[in-house]
Amino acid sequence: MNPGLLAAEWTKIRSVRSTVWSLIAFVVVAIGFSTLIAAVISNTWDRPGNHPNHVTLLTDPTGLIFGAGFGIGQLAIGVLGVLVISSEYSTGAIRSSLLAVPRRLPMLAAKAAVFAIIDLVCSAITVFAVFFITTSILSSHVTITLGQPGVTRACIGAILYLTVLGLFALAIGGIIRHMIGAIATVVGLVLVVPPLITLIPGTIANHVHGYLPTVAGSLIGQTSQQPADVLSPWQGFGVFCLWTVVLLAICGYLLVRRDA
Amino acid sequence: MAEVPGRVEARDLTKRYGDKTAVDHLSFAVEPGIVTGFLGPNGAGKSTTMRLITGLDRPDGGAATIGGSRYAELTRPLTVVGALLEARSLHPGRSARNHLLFLAQTQGIGGKRVDEVLDLVGLHEVAGKRAGGFSLGMTQRLGIAAAMLGNPKVLLLDEPSNGLDPEGIRWVRTFMRQVASEGRTVFVSSHLMSEMAVTADHLVVIGRGRLIADCSTAEFIQRSSERSVLVRSPDRVRLRELIVAEGGAVQDAAGADGDGTPGGGEGMVVTGLAAPRIGELAASAGLVLHELTPRLASLEEAFMELTADSVEYGETSAR
Repeated sequence: MNPGLLAAEWTKIRSVRSTVWSLIAFVVVAIGFSTLIAAVISNTWDRPGNHPNHVTLLTDPTGLIFGAGFGIGQLAIGVLGVLVISSEYSTGAIRSSLLAVPRRLPMLAAKAAVFAIIDLVCSAITVFAVFFITTSILSSHVTITLGQPGVTRACIGAILYLTVLGLFALAIGGIIRHMIGAIATVVGLVLVVPPLITLIPGTIANHVHGYLPTVAGSLIGQTSQQPADVLSPWQGFGVFCLWTVVLLAICGYLLVRRDA
Repeated sequence: MAEVPGRVEARDLTKRYGDKTAVDHLSFAVEPGIVTGFLGPNGAGKSTTMRLITGLDRPDGGAATIGGSRYAELTRPLTVVGALLEARSLHPGRSARNHLLFLAQTQGIGGKRVDEVLDLVGLHEVAGKRAGGFSLGMTQRLGIAAAMLGNPKVLLLDEPSNGLDPEGIRWVRTFMRQVASEGRTVFVSSHLMSEMAVTADHLVVIGRGRLIADCSTAEFIQRSSERSVLVRSPDRVRLRELIVAEGGAVQDAAGADGDGTPGGGEGMVVTGLAAPRIGELAASAGLVLHELTPRLASLEEAFMELTADSVEYGETSAR
């Protein structure tokens, strides 16, 4: 790939405030919520009553650790993925960009590559920060180490999931182009659609739910496949990657075909 | 086929948006070394044509080329063509320098050139400021800086003086004349005939997406503000024969000039013959003249008359 295009996309992405704010929101929300949840679990450990969390910490520790914090924090990644491309349309900057790269696809490829790298680095820092902070908070009750089966894979998996999620959102941003519409679509697909599908009774709905992009994709952050899961962690991640590749292909096709 | 490097050519260019034809089989050529004005009323298809030339929009028919190549075929397009399209083609949150920097990086142009063009348009002081805070004039200057970034052979400017104060308009005019004198192609659109009359050497005039004229500015002015003479005479039938025999064209002025002036009904409008010659003809035949008035349409009138049929949203259009 032309290094000049990568440099240009890096300049674009670092020179607007929304990038920095979205990434800060992601890191703060993910670490903050995860820490809070771990602290609550630790403080209420010895209270009488049922503690389903304690069981989960033994069967699927990363599924719990990366659960709520990343569940909310990932929205910032989704929003940033949309912004990276749709803000060019909403501001008119796309005209300057396409005058410079009239073949268009190289610009999309460079944009996706640069954003993926930024997303990957931020996710790696956040995932390992969350892992070490939460496991040390819980260390007096339960020992969770990277050496346990599936734990290292789950940590790397969480990083990969967040990276692909960014590209998934970028593709939707490029297809819809309208910023608000694209953000609403991403939030809907991540937060709203999955629980609605589970309300439909029957095994078909269960399978549809299992193959939804973020439902399948987030399995990679679990330590092992849980009884209710339709897919294994790697299968789920594969399904998510497939969704993303298809959407990126549609995005690229429309970028070339449509008037700017 | 030998192609002139900086020559912009549109051949049979057609663009439809839904059932509305914005550009209709438009063909013209823009030559290097002069300023070519692209003139037409609002909605005539000027901006669409600019977008078709630069590949932002895909034509439904025909093609536009720059030095024989389509825009998308240029490997480093900004080093060949500099374009100032709609004023807001930038992210308001990005500084002027970063806007120019990313454009430079896509073309492999060094950062030094960014400072050069910032100097060229006088924006060095505010280069680090967010472009969203710029006045329209400053935004236009930044757009011109972006257009000049690759030191291009061809400049496409869409209404560059829109929203500028008189000082800014003068600056743009001087700038265009200078870059044209350096041998570059300058293609500048405007809906104001008066502005083009003092800036452009050559004119491409369109209305409703169709070509109306493609000629030198001098020729266009002469042609479109063609002199006419109002003549009133009691012997107008005989006078008319003399004028037609001499090569003039005669129209009854009753409709156009039935304004209640004395001698109504004996007036006629003569084109193609100057007032003194008409006077001489009348004198030699012993005919009485009541009035002999040379009339000169203003440029703006002439332009409006020429494009009257093609105005997209005229006062009479049913809505």
